[in-house]
Amino acid sequence: MHELSIAISIVELAEQQARNSNAAHIEEVELEIGALAGVDAASLAFALESSVKNTLLENAQIVWHHIHGEGCCMDCNNVFPMKSTFFSCPACGSYVVKIVKGKEMRVKSITVNN
Amino acid sequence: MCETCGCSNHHEHHEHDNSRTIAVEQDILQRNNLLAERNRGYFESKNIFCLNLMSSPGSGKTTLLEATIRQLKDKRKIYVIEGDQQTANDSERIAALDIPVFQINTGDGCHLEASAVHHAVLHLNPSERSLLFIENVGNLICPAMFDLGEALKVVVISPTEGEDKPLKYPHIFHEANVCVINKTDLTPYLNVSIQQLHENCLKVNPQLRLFEVSALQAATLDEWCNWLMTFQPNQA
Repeated sequence: MHELSIAISIVELAEQQARNSNAAHIEEVELEIGALAGVDAASLAFALESSVKNTLLENAQIVWHHIHGEGCCMDCNNVFPMKSTFFSCPACGSYVVKIVKGKEMRVKSITVNN
Repeated sequence: MCETCGCSNHHEHHEHDNSRTIAVEQDILQRNNLLAERNRGYFESKNIFCLNLMSSPGSGKTTLLEATIRQLKDKRKIYVIEGDQQTANDSERIAALDIPVFQINTGDGCHLEASAVHHAVLHLNPSERSLLFIENVGNLICPAMFDLGEALKVVVISPTEGEDKPLKYPHIFHEANVCVINKTDLTPYLNVSIQQLHENCLKVNPQLRLFEVSALQAATLDEWCNWLMTFQPNQA
């Protein structure tokens, strides 16, 4: 359900950037979404379809970059792939793990046209 | 005709001279995050200790608040922001304790955002060195993502929800600083181990500070209330 708020935030952010550049249309929006960001990409894509209506993004292509999760064990410094927020270190079993990658939720770039 | 620009070029692909790519590199929730930092700065400047209470519906957030207020209202000025989809039921319960309260009804919204808290704070105008509780919408998923400007996030859980709840909904436990296990008086009637629930909370977030309380038994709230009184928000 929070994906709708996120979709609206993407539209606001991209439109603001486009207006700052005096652009009339947004052709493409590049998104970076981490696997551990707490966002369901399919729900977000669905929410975006509705959110872009009657905005500068109406015909924009959405380019998705899905970022895999990565954790660093605070006990043994092992760096390993993380599939979920709750994940123990595969080397030593510790749960004291810092997420170093996968929490991203960014608008990377927009391509605009006058 | 080209679908992108409406020109008469019939080829499948052609460059549009006016296209340009702008590097944005901004967090999608940056507007909320900026407003949250604005709230946080306000709280810090007035030395207000603000806590964001999150849980499933029915974990006992409002009852915990009522019991906490009864213990602390003579020692510290307390303010409450209530978040619910509908009704002013919760704010009426808080107001009955003579506590200034502001009700936010999110309508179809599933969580509070920093802008709504900012609006509520302008109405409440909390005094210096006060305690400000924000009771988020009952939901164990969405509120985890939205910074409100609080000093600490508190997740409330009751044993009736099952000892594996932190493993099933890890995000909110991962984001929280404090976990209050409420309704411990029910354990004799449940096939649930509080110790296992405690351990599962720490598996998801080893830094989580845990309290075990029953909001209906005032004596069990002492540790939680003492901690609220001694915590220095500006040293968070």
